[in-house]
Amino acid sequence: MSVGALFASLLVISLLAYVAGQQRALRMGLSLGGIYKLNSLPFYYGMVAAIASGVPALLLAGFWLLLRENINTTLLMTHVPDSWHGMSAGEQALLLNTVKNVAGGQVTDGVSAESVQVANQYRDIVAQGDRISVIALLVIACGGFAWGVLRINPAQRARLQVEGVGRLFLVASACIAILTTVGILLSVLFESIRFFHAVPWWKFLFGLDWSPQIAMRADQAGSSGAFGAVPLFAGTLLISMIAMVLAVPCGLMSAIYLSEYADTKLRRWMKPLLELLAGIPTVVYGFFAALTVAPFIRELGESMGVAVASESALAAGLVMGVMIIPFISSLSDDVINAVPQAMRDGSYALGATQAETIIHVIIPAALPGIVGGVLLAVSRAIGETMIVVMAAGMSAKLTANPLEAVTTVTVQIASLLVGDQEFDSAKTLAAFALGLVLFLVTLLFNVIALNIVKKYREQYE
Amino acid sequence: MSSGGEQNRNTAVPADDDYHKRTREQVYNSLARRYRKEKLFRSLGMLSVVFGIVCVVVLFGDIGRKGIGAFWNTWIQLEVTLDASTLGITPESTPDAIQHANYDAVIKTALLSRFPDVTARADKKALYSLVSSGAGDNVRNLLKKHPELLGQKQVIWVLADDEVDTFFKHTRKLKLPETERSITDKQVAWVEQWIASGQMEKRFNQLFFEAGDSREPEQAGIRSALAGSALTLLVTLLLSFPVGVAAAVYLEEFAPKNRFTDFIEVNINNLAAVPSIIFGLLGLAVFIGFFHITRSVPLVGGLVLTFMTLPTIIISSRAAIKSVPPSIREAAFGIGASQMQVVSQHVIPLAMPGMLTGAIIGMARALGETAPLLMIGMVAFIVDIPHGITDPSTVLPVQIYLWADSSERAFVERTSAAIIVLLAFLLVMNGAAVWLRNKLERRW
Repeated sequence: MSVGALFASLLVISLLAYVAGQQRALRMGLSLGGIYKLNSLPFYYGMVAAIASGVPALLLAGFWLLLRENINTTLLMTHVPDSWHGMSAGEQALLLNTVKNVAGGQVTDGVSAESVQVANQYRDIVAQGDRISVIALLVIACGGFAWGVLRINPAQRARLQVEGVGRLFLVASACIAILTTVGILLSVLFESIRFFHAVPWWKFLFGLDWSPQIAMRADQAGSSGAFGAVPLFAGTLLISMIAMVLAVPCGLMSAIYLSEYADTKLRRWMKPLLELLAGIPTVVYGFFAALTVAPFIRELGESMGVAVASESALAAGLVMGVMIIPFISSLSDDVINAVPQAMRDGSYALGATQAETIIHVIIPAALPGIVGGVLLAVSRAIGETMIVVMAAGMSAKLTANPLEAVTTVTVQIASLLVGDQEFDSAKTLAAFALGLVLFLVTLLFNVIALNIVKKYREQYE
Repeated sequence: MSSGGEQNRNTAVPADDDYHKRTREQVYNSLARRYRKEKLFRSLGMLSVVFGIVCVVVLFGDIGRKGIGAFWNTWIQLEVTLDASTLGITPESTPDAIQHANYDAVIKTALLSRFPDVTARADKKALYSLVSSGAGDNVRNLLKKHPELLGQKQVIWVLADDEVDTFFKHTRKLKLPETERSITDKQVAWVEQWIASGQMEKRFNQLFFEAGDSREPEQAGIRSALAGSALTLLVTLLLSFPVGVAAAVYLEEFAPKNRFTDFIEVNINNLAAVPSIIFGLLGLAVFIGFFHITRSVPLVGGLVLTFMTLPTIIISSRAAIKSVPPSIREAAFGIGASQMQVVSQHVIPLAMPGMLTGAIIGMARALGETAPLLMIGMVAFIVDIPHGITDPSTVLPVQIYLWADSSERAFVERTSAAIIVLLAFLLVMNGAAVWLRNKLERRW
């Protein structure tokens, strides 16, 4: 039974439970002389039955989906030949992987007879596990059905019970935001700590040399020296700076023009047009940067006699800047519109021109909001991945020249983690350490920015 | 000082006049400069807006120009002889033997019989490379459908190689010298003969929407990526919409004002600004590293995108709930509804258009997201079309990324075409969101 069919049948059972519960409550009420004799409306009795039948089964099905692979692997380990237990964790993982591939039919040749035998066992384990789980889940759903429906009595406070469950769901949903943050922090922290066991943190944060590929060789002496992340930080900073130099003036001036100068008609079609830029996926910007902007800049440089790298920081930075323009423009637009009209009128009354009013009154008044918006934009530029993966290079060079190729934190995370990899290699763990740095830095920017924006809003509300 | 001022006022009415005159002059003199500044400032603003719009136009124009060609492909007419000995099968052969018969030989023979003067080895090779390596499949499909055709001559259309495709569609008009194009003069001569005899034509590229990924640009399509995107978004929508709405309802209607609630709010606002690649790390560490779920399945992709889109949906749902006037709630409370009844029967239905708008915008963002999906391994080379949320698959933006990385030039056209399809979906989704907002949202 496929996953979809399983969930669908659980939902159908729970729907039937609703109908049965509601009908039973209705009949009970009528036999007592009217449904007002019931504690709650029949709808709530139906809901109690539906919840009893659906919620535990669906939750368990979700857990089963997550844990299935782990359980199957543990079960398989009790069936493997004794020789496997003496192996190192790496060898074992490799063999298990082969076995799973054989069982899945992806690999057929060049596999030992022993592995094929284990693969057959694995296939049996999976099939049997799936069968047992599906039957168990269906039994639980039907059990809940029966329990929920049979328990119904006129004095049962069905509405309160349903509302209690509903409230629990609301609280749990709200807490998912906290769980996500904690999950992010823990997952990057754990792997980072493992990484810092292999490479001291000061060498990572202050080292000037980054070449994770070399450290792959276990026999390499001093391989830890290759994890100095300063060139990545410098590259990230360079590209983000280029982006901000383009995006801040452009976005701010667009916002000013659209909110202060443009008449409503112009604004009505210009603003959505500009916001189109915000809706374009970053992979499209990356493609545009790599195939159109970068060659254009290189040719332009060549025609002026300047050597430009084919994956220059300038190309990635400029395209990133274009991506951020609507972001800054819409945030600035919001804060400029929040400046009270009285302040403008006061300035005009003193004889100031519109430009003078904007420069000397509106921008100073809106400054906290604008700064907050810019900080959020910086955090976005630092964390942007696809544009730099596609248009910036891989060479970890320490340079301030925008015409050279640089690499960024996000590029390295992506290149270290894409494809199959072992979870214990320093290379993989380094990506999580970079992730930790990225998360903390963007967190800092976000918290400062959100606080500034919040304070600003309160000032004029 | 004060006495001096006093004196001034008493005695010097003409001086005061002079002062005003000077001030006025000063103002008049500075006016031109100030108006210039005003004009400059205004035109700078105008310039910024125009720059943004030019960027939009250039980006869309560039991708449109590069990609529009991919919606047509080139076909070559060949007269093939379904000769049993060339194929290496007999009329009694099993279906398995028919499946693995030598169809390439049939194509090669057909090519040679079309151009009998080709004899040199290198020339033969050049000739064979003009048709797609998948051309044999066309013959196979024909024979499987009509086994009785074995031994007969048949006129069929086969797909041209991507280099021929590019030449026929684009570079032929340019009359480039041999060094600047990817096919040789000899090959051009053969192609011209086909064109002259009407044996080469351009058709709408159905394959692009029906095939999965392929190493050969002319056979590559976006069907598997589209299916993967749809499955991933389905998981995302089913999880993030109910949970997002529930979180928003809790925060707006139930949550007490305390530190815990504030903490939740800070978390949500921060998560909305966390780089998407971090969510990929979360997915990698938790779902792949800890739960060992298979890589590159829509289930994991959908879960990761759920975490990413939740803040967006929560924030827009809260705004929608806030816009429902308190009088509605009070009226419902007044006739004895419980808080849960007020929320579920009055607030949520009234806020639904706003919530749906937020959900559509969140889904549009999820549809275009690439980085976190790279982290959880949705970068596999997927030919088969996924049918369930646990089948290996890729999504449209990742397919674009993979093709953009490919060295084959014909993939540039395919990539741009895939981008056009992606942008079309996004435009439709955003358009639907705007329509919904204008049509259904009530102003109180």
